[in-house]
Amino acid sequence: MNNSIPKKLKYSRTHEWVRQDDDVLTIGITDHAQTMLGDLVYVELPEPESNVETGHECAVVESVKAAADVYSPVSGEVIEINEALLESPQLINEDPYGKGWLFRVKPFESEIAEDVAKLLTADQYTKQVASEAH
Amino acid sequence: MPFIPHTEHDVKEMLATIGVAKLENLFDEIPDSLRVKNLPAIPASLTEMELARLMRQRAALDSGMLCFMGAGAYEHHIPAAVWDIASRGEFLTAYTPYQAEASQGTLQLLYEYQTMMASLMGLDVSNASLYEGGSAAAEAILMAARSHRKHKTYRVLIPRALHPYYRDVIKTIVGQQDIIQLIEVPFDAATGQTQLSAMEKDLHDEVTAVVIPQPNFFGVLEDADAMTDWAHAHGAIAIGVVNPMAMALLKPPGQWGKKGADIACGEGQPLGVPLASGGPYYGFLCCKRDFVRQLPGRIVGRTVDKEGKQGFVLTLQAREQHIRRAKATSNICTNQGLLVTASTIYMSLLGPEGLRQVAEACYLNAQYLKKKLEILHGVEVVFHSPCFHEIVVRLSKPVDKILRLLANDKIQAGFNLAPIYPELGECLLICVTETKTEADIEWFVKCLAQVLAMNSSTIKNIECAK
Amino acid sequence: MSELIFDQSRSGRYAKAQAPKKSVKIDIPAHLLRKDKPFLPEVSELQAVRHYTRLSRKNFSIDTQFYPLGSCTMKYNPRGVHRLAMLEGFLLRHPLSLDVHSQGYMACAYELQEILKAVTGMRGASLTPMAGAQGEFAGVAMIRAYHQSRNDVARTEMLVPDAAHGTNPATAAQCGYTVREIPTDSDGNVNIESLRAAVGPQTAGIMLTNPSTLGVFEQKIEEIAAIMHKAGGLLYYDGANLNAILGKVRPGDMGFDVMHINLHKTFATPHGGGGPGGGPVAVSERLVPFLPTPMVIKSGDTYQWLTEKECPQTIGRLSAFMGNAGIILRAYMYARLLGQEGMIRVAEFATLNANYLLARLKAAGFTPAYAKRRASHEFIITLKKEAKELHITALDVAKRLLDYGFHAPTMYFPLLVPECLLIEPTETEAKEVLDAFVDAMIKIIEEAKTDPALLQEAPYNLPVRRLDEVRAARELDLVYRSDEK
Repeated sequence: MNNSIPKKLKYSRTHEWVRQDDDVLTIGITDHAQTMLGDLVYVELPEPESNVETGHECAVVESVKAAADVYSPVSGEVIEINEALLESPQLINEDPYGKGWLFRVKPFESEIAEDVAKLLTADQYTKQVASEAH
Repeated sequence: MPFIPHTEHDVKEMLATIGVAKLENLFDEIPDSLRVKNLPAIPASLTEMELARLMRQRAALDSGMLCFMGAGAYEHHIPAAVWDIASRGEFLTAYTPYQAEASQGTLQLLYEYQTMMASLMGLDVSNASLYEGGSAAAEAILMAARSHRKHKTYRVLIPRALHPYYRDVIKTIVGQQDIIQLIEVPFDAATGQTQLSAMEKDLHDEVTAVVIPQPNFFGVLEDADAMTDWAHAHGAIAIGVVNPMAMALLKPPGQWGKKGADIACGEGQPLGVPLASGGPYYGFLCCKRDFVRQLPGRIVGRTVDKEGKQGFVLTLQAREQHIRRAKATSNICTNQGLLVTASTIYMSLLGPEGLRQVAEACYLNAQYLKKKLEILHGVEVVFHSPCFHEIVVRLSKPVDKILRLLANDKIQAGFNLAPIYPELGECLLICVTETKTEADIEWFVKCLAQVLAMNSSTIKNIECAK
Repeated sequence: MSELIFDQSRSGRYAKAQAPKKSVKIDIPAHLLRKDKPFLPEVSELQAVRHYTRLSRKNFSIDTQFYPLGSCTMKYNPRGVHRLAMLEGFLLRHPLSLDVHSQGYMACAYELQEILKAVTGMRGASLTPMAGAQGEFAGVAMIRAYHQSRNDVARTEMLVPDAAHGTNPATAAQCGYTVREIPTDSDGNVNIESLRAAVGPQTAGIMLTNPSTLGVFEQKIEEIAAIMHKAGGLLYYDGANLNAILGKVRPGDMGFDVMHINLHKTFATPHGGGGPGGGPVAVSERLVPFLPTPMVIKSGDTYQWLTEKECPQTIGRLSAFMGNAGIILRAYMYARLLGQEGMIRVAEFATLNANYLLARLKAAGFTPAYAKRRASHEFIITLKKEAKELHITALDVAKRLLDYGFHAPTMYFPLLVPECLLIEPTETEAKEVLDAFVDAMIKIIEEAKTDPALLQEAPYNLPVRRLDEVRAARELDLVYRSDEK
């Protein structure tokens, strides 16, 4: 697998990535996930101002032959969604860690420490992807 | 053995290639205790000639009726070309178009069908068909519920004047999900129209959807504009359940009220599909563009091949069961492709002008019958409102006995409403399409007059199982 | 030229012999009338006939090609059966006709109910479900009604093997059940330990296909039935693969409580480019009261309908009338042509053809997914090795097969076998056809070795080249626009 797994991000076992900027988390799907799905044709995002829960489905990404649920890696309130994806889902294929981000969350303070502790480092996620290939 | 081409020599060679001695050995993984040796309850094999004789005898038992029965299935003229072409092996014996490049005939036809049906309904998009009208109505309701995720329970208003069997099907299919509540809306005894305004006082909660039949089960035309506006004013989705033939003449769902109905569905049978004991027919389902992702069933889209040439594929498949599994928009896999093939050819032959003429002829024939019946002793026309090609009459004698007597004259006089709508009394739903001549109608009225004039005690003794 | 019917429209043209001539003023109030003209084609009868005849020639079909689409049982659809179902007495019969004018149709429906009971080993049958998926729906709704009738309301979970058809979990969900997946062993059987661990007071039932979608017989079926019944759950049999065992083993004898039969598969009714189907259900004793209505019974010499009135516990009606009657007639006729002696040969020859094809492909170097198992009526080969070595996919091979005049097998299903083709030849194909298919497969792999691009770009000989499905989904174009011309 030659997909990129940036060191500075955190990952979930279900192939989401998380970036922390102060008290806001940005969430997307990994390069590996978008490669497995193929050309994306549709994205369903959570409602802004709604709450998402750790490990619960909160978005759907669809290609021609597959559909995948996106599980929120953290609990919190959705403060922004990437509206550009609604018109151009291919941004996820083209730039999964940049223009292809899905939504931003303001985490609940009571749960954030526990949530972040469960996330994988880039090395751990790399190992997981490698083990899934067998 | 019928349809098995193998010679003894073939079988020997094939078994040798596989490396087993006997055909039986191919089943060696199946526990012996489970094996059956023969099936005594199944009759012996027939040749095609023997079968033809048997089937002709059986078909003859059901033949020769002059049909004034409608109630959701309508006898129309079907041009010979329709089933000649639909019966071509290339349409008849193809499977679902999974290999698009090898299925361009079916796929292009479905795209043309979607265009025609969407336009006939005045809406943006159509799917490639569902099983039949009743289950299409159930799917339309499920679609409305999916589009209203925020409601805690989904309350759906269903007119009592909607086809009673459609109401039964909706109950069977939608009723599996406890979260959806079906609420019956009464009709006005004088006009036969649905009284949506009567609901106002009972409504404390949100309404998810309102079902609007046009024409309704009694053949009566509803004030579809007002019902659609009422639905939208209450934040509900407006679902039209319509006869597609009538839409060549009547205002289609997409044009109802200020904003148009959101979803339209119904039975496609009137457009080129024979009565044939109730099926196979096909259900149609159309909607505004905003609802397209909630649309169940197959959908065909136009695209290009790698040389830029126009072509057609199944699209939006990620909504479907083979990809989404437990989260699919529905469990539907099969559509009614062959019936849609017939219907598309039918619509192409008739065109907007021909289709309107058929609809007008149905209407005029029904009006002619109505005039004759209005002056007939023992017959009362029940609803005083505009209708399409069906009318409800109340008879002075029990309807079941009258139907049985007219059957002796080889007349199917219509559908007995009494068991389902006891509040209407001894009522009969009669349908006339373009297939009947004035002479047919006059003969029907004459026979009806004769049986109504029979002595009541004679009529009482008529045996009628059903 | 792939022009659409609309491209040929000229305002005012139509098939004048087909419309009534009457035209009088219509006195319906204006606000109820249509003002615009629907966008339907305006063509002559000849134009319509020619257009749709030409379109038909762009299809593969059983009548024209070998169609080994796994799990779909594309066998010969007898022409005589189609012709006889179109007899006027059957075509003109109104579904609500009185029983006295329906005895011909009802006799056929009744006898088919009895034939289906006999071949499935079940105690009751209803013909009304209109396709396999609706049969599944009826079956799961009956399981639900059964538990509810016993006040056993805590059963909220339906078990489904991970290899199941997508309709199984979709149906369970539509009936309000939570779906729990059961893993498959490496030999293709249901993992018994996982099943034991999964069952409990919350289990409503399990939905199984046997032979499974992996093309192998579930050998521990009796054990599975015992585990389920002990836990109070019922067994649903997905009849998609009934052709593999017709006349050999009966689902009722295996311990199943309810099943559907795909008439367009096992009983050779034409599938018309995606439908109609037919999905009758058959049940064991305890589910008989819940069967969907209407059904036909025989009383003396006459046939009568059983409706909601006679069957108060029925799950109800699934269609406005009585299901796909024309398909029921065709299936009945097919069963009569086969008869007892033909019926028990179906599975034998379907299995012979599948195992022969598998043996030949194996000899040619293809990899069976379950090499140690006997194939049922279908089997899976995996092109994982070819994908790695030759940089081609199962899709490429499928598209190239089309060029050689064969419909492609089912691709990428079941989901758990990578780069797979699910191949089902059916009993009605002759040995020479199977041999020609093997030759084409060998040739395609040879092509891949010298020029993989040849496969990646296929097909070449069809009305269109490979189609852009991504564009179709991103830029939805679902109807022709009237201003396009």
